[in-house]
Amino acid sequence: MQAADFFFYLFAALTIVPAIVVVFSRNLLYAAFSLLFTLSGVAALYALMGADFLAITQVLVYIGGILILILFGVMFTQRVYDVRAEAASFNRRRAMLIGIVVFATLWGTARSVPWPVGPPRALAPTTAGIGDLLLSRFLLPFEVVSVLLLVVLIGVVLVGKKEVEE
Amino acid sequence: MGVQHYLFVSAVLASLGVIAMVSRRNAVSILMGIELILNAAALNFVAFGRYGRETAATPWLSGQIFGIFTIVLAAAEAAIALAIIIAIYHARANINADELQELRQ
Repeated sequence: MQAADFFFYLFAALTIVPAIVVVFSRNLLYAAFSLLFTLSGVAALYALMGADFLAITQVLVYIGGILILILFGVMFTQRVYDVRAEAASFNRRRAMLIGIVVFATLWGTARSVPWPVGPPRALAPTTAGIGDLLLSRFLLPFEVVSVLLLVVLIGVVLVGKKEVEE
Repeated sequence: MGVQHYLFVSAVLASLGVIAMVSRRNAVSILMGIELILNAAALNFVAFGRYGRETAATPWLSGQIFGIFTIVLAAAEAAIALAIIIAIYHARANINADELQELRQ
């Protein structure tokens, strides 16, 4: 049990410290690369909770897909090498206040509500169970999400293509 | 390790994401804040699935399935948002959120 505690705190620090850099770094590239560590930390926390399939999905989709997209976004829209790719902030004091209020609300709720706790579950592979549930109980959301992805695919091409001069 | 440890990490991530959304002016940075918030939500789902009580209507793997749906929606949202950002950049050469106010009259 000691080892699990140690790894929890390690992964929690790996998640939170780069997230602070993501939010407050003035260099947009540093923020994007810190996001890599935050997303890996969340994947490690999933693995620690025994969610093996979800951890791999997180690495594939977030780190392999979304992070690359964000890096493309940064590099297309900022002159990274000429000027300092600066991510100026405004309303910083107000934003800190809002963030503290949000945190107090979330953590106060999480701490004060007696969550119903079940028996501890053994660590076991989850992929087969997730597949069964997706094709039985969650079949309708699964199909709706498939249609949504198709719509997104077409919509992104339409929005992102350059207007052709007449 | 109980559910509250994970709820703490997720609360920190969510409030950092809110700070990024409010204080950043570059649209890509705002998108990073949204990703942080979605990660926090998915972490909550998985933590409750693992440590919560299981009933006949909600098998404990439901938490992970909600996490998968959250990741799918986050991917869709990031793709759409970046397409819009690139389109705005083509038109305006600028993606600062406080300078895009054509719709405000």
